[in-house]
Amino acid sequence: MIGRLLRLKRAGVMGLNHRNGDYILQYNRRSLYPLVDDKLLCKRRLLEHGLAVPRLIAEVHSMRQASHLEDLLGDHREFVIKPAHGSGGDGIVVITDRKANYFVDSDGRLLEQDYLEHHLTNVIGGLYSLGGQPDVAMIESLVHFDPAFSRLTYRGVPDIRVIVYRGYPLMAMSRLPTHQSHGKANLHQGAIGVGIDLASGRTYGGVSGNRAVAVHPDTGAEIAGFQVPGWARILGMAAWCYEAVGLGYLGVDIVLDRDLGPLILELNARPGLNIQLANRSGLATRLQAVDAIEVTHETPEQRVEWSCAQFSKPVAELVRPSPQAATPAA
Amino acid sequence: MRRSKQWVVLAILLLLISAATFYYKVYKLGFPLLPEMTSQVWSVQARLELHHRSGPVKATLELPFHSSGFAVTEENFVSRGFGLTLAEEPNGRRAEWAIRRLPQDRTLYYRARISPGESSPVILDRPQYPEIPQLEEPFASALKDIVNEVRAASADIGTFASAMLTKLNAVSTDENISLFQSGVHNRDEHVAQVQTLLAGAHIPTRQIHGIRLAGDSQRVEFETLLGVYNDQEWLIFDPHTGGQGLPRDFFVWWVGDRPLSTANGAHLEDLQVSTQVMEVSSLELAERRSDERDSLALMFTVLQLPIQTQAVYEVLLLVPFGILVIVILRNVVGFTSFGTFAPVLIALAFRETELLRGLALFVLIVSLGLFFRFYLERLRLLLIPRLAAVVTIVVLLMGLISVIGHRLDMDTGLSVSLFPMIIISMVIERMSVVWEERGAWTSIREGIGSLAMAALAYAVMSNELLAYWVRVFPELNLAVLAIIIALGRYTGFRISELIRFRQLDPKHQVTP
Repeated sequence: MIGRLLRLKRAGVMGLNHRNGDYILQYNRRSLYPLVDDKLLCKRRLLEHGLAVPRLIAEVHSMRQASHLEDLLGDHREFVIKPAHGSGGDGIVVITDRKANYFVDSDGRLLEQDYLEHHLTNVIGGLYSLGGQPDVAMIESLVHFDPAFSRLTYRGVPDIRVIVYRGYPLMAMSRLPTHQSHGKANLHQGAIGVGIDLASGRTYGGVSGNRAVAVHPDTGAEIAGFQVPGWARILGMAAWCYEAVGLGYLGVDIVLDRDLGPLILELNARPGLNIQLANRSGLATRLQAVDAIEVTHETPEQRVEWSCAQFSKPVAELVRPSPQAATPAA
Repeated sequence: MRRSKQWVVLAILLLLISAATFYYKVYKLGFPLLPEMTSQVWSVQARLELHHRSGPVKATLELPFHSSGFAVTEENFVSRGFGLTLAEEPNGRRAEWAIRRLPQDRTLYYRARISPGESSPVILDRPQYPEIPQLEEPFASALKDIVNEVRAASADIGTFASAMLTKLNAVSTDENISLFQSGVHNRDEHVAQVQTLLAGAHIPTRQIHGIRLAGDSQRVEFETLLGVYNDQEWLIFDPHTGGQGLPRDFFVWWVGDRPLSTANGAHLEDLQVSTQVMEVSSLELAERRSDERDSLALMFTVLQLPIQTQAVYEVLLLVPFGILVIVILRNVVGFTSFGTFAPVLIALAFRETELLRGLALFVLIVSLGLFFRFYLERLRLLLIPRLAAVVTIVVLLMGLISVIGHRLDMDTGLSVSLFPMIIISMVIERMSVVWEERGAWTSIREGIGSLAMAALAYAVMSNELLAYWVRVFPELNLAVLAIIIALGRYTGFRISELIRFRQLDPKHQVTP
């Protein structure tokens, strides 16, 4: 046990206490939290900075509004209901189609309008918000994921998580929905985490829970070696989020839309640590590398360039890669 | 990353305050470390029988010396009709009774309780150096000879006194010694003799009178020790054996040449001092002692509160310990639970129900509550009314269990009312949300995790010794606070993370 503790420390693996005590408490100012914890506020702030986000169809503030779902939706057939203060993907309902009086969710189940309206009142009542505070339900347009991912996902939308530390992209992974996760890109619920090489945007192997997986359990496709399209742009957007919200330790969740390109889904002030498993690499080493920079870079582009050069391989075998590694969509 | 180290200072400061208070209370005030500890105390009584004569009467009694290694408490005097004054002097205290007319024989009493205290030496003031006694011949030259002889065979005042006593106590063929010995007929004269001889060398001496505290005794014999001043401190000798030091069981009553008691205008028929041994709780004793001293330390115990309030505080003061367990389990071990400190509140309820029954009741109520909660879900109720409905159902379930338990003559059922119903309702609500979002298994696992944490917190909080300690030494909570603050800056791995990140261990065999 002690031996492993020391080895993990040497390998630069970061634990929760380390993350909370030395980075989140240190670099994430309390007053900035609402910018990410309130997804509506976050969406507005990102738009102000010219960052692409999924379109907002409606905000539901009151029980009365909730009972007029038809009016809110207009002719949208596919949409996502989200609690503005939700966490860990709780309370998110994805509707992919409407059949007669029913709504079809990402699992293919038929839901009554009544059910959705009840769900909206639950969200507004604060069932999914931290501390049970009254909340706002958001209805967003559904993202149509880039077909490049079709082999690697089951139903839902795969997303890309980039950890951004003081504006420098630190580590990235993709989260692939599975049957087990009910189409949600949430690792706690059974989605697969896949490490991504920062410089090239190519995937390493994946993990499900704490277990390594080589192929997607539902599609059977090989996970490693996949090229994420528009990688340079994704990293650029992630780095820009630091300018937008000012949080020093940030998780940026990005989805690739078929038509709109990369969209920022949400930001997270307390991003999880499973990204280390997905990348088979520790965060602490990279954090220290950023802290060791003497003159920090001014623009997001410079920071991305620095990060790509620095973190292209698992840090243990740091090699200076060629800067043109960021390739356009496959 | 420069970070303020204030927390280290704060934690150490808190630890020090806690430790210092604890030390003071245990070693200076004698608060016992174990609840069942008892101490011996002696009840002493001096009884003066006065035979009446005509005219005003004045009687005195030397009172026990305060700094004698024993604590004198609960002094009282029985002397109806007499005027009583207490005279305080640097070397002692005296009671003086006075009455204008004593029509009949009277008995005066002095009573006190003597308990072992911190052993500080008998403090006597700095004496004057005595003149060499003017004696007649042949005593004068014999004295000179003895002093010279003893001085030659000693190094300092201590060894001089010791040597002198040895010489005097031995059966001697020395003419000079025999000369002095021949004039001694009792112990008092012997002491006076020794004083004379030591005065021959300008050595200040003082008589120390006291009793040996042993068992019960109807009439205690007083003994006299001799204090010898060596220019720095008083050395104490037994003038009859030559032994040095104050015996542990020797209780100093008074100091000096005065008699224990005097009577003017009346005949002191009898003076009787008796002792009686009693066993008392050490805690009670320490409390009384600090009370006597008006000690600040007592402000830090809840012992002065009314008994019922004490019981409440005992529980409250245990909560930080339960919380410490939770902090360790969460931040060092890596447990997760429903509600940050809910396990502590559940553990408090276990204190009343006992662990196994408490667990059974908890599981029973939560499962029934969950069952109803799932039913309520189908009614599509709004959040707050639904929560209220769950609370109501929990209360009704608790009532039902109590009634059924009572019918079946099981007392356990009754203690269910002590469960924190709001907490239980919140646990039910959280469990049902997790159940729906993450699946039944996750929900049940987290529920079991919460119960395990509650059980561990209970194990700590139900410790009888700990309960006693926080009641008597509430300052221990400052140490808990210090540990909690230190844990707040613990940024190392949680034990669960060693398992979670095992694949990142370079030595781990990668199994695809």
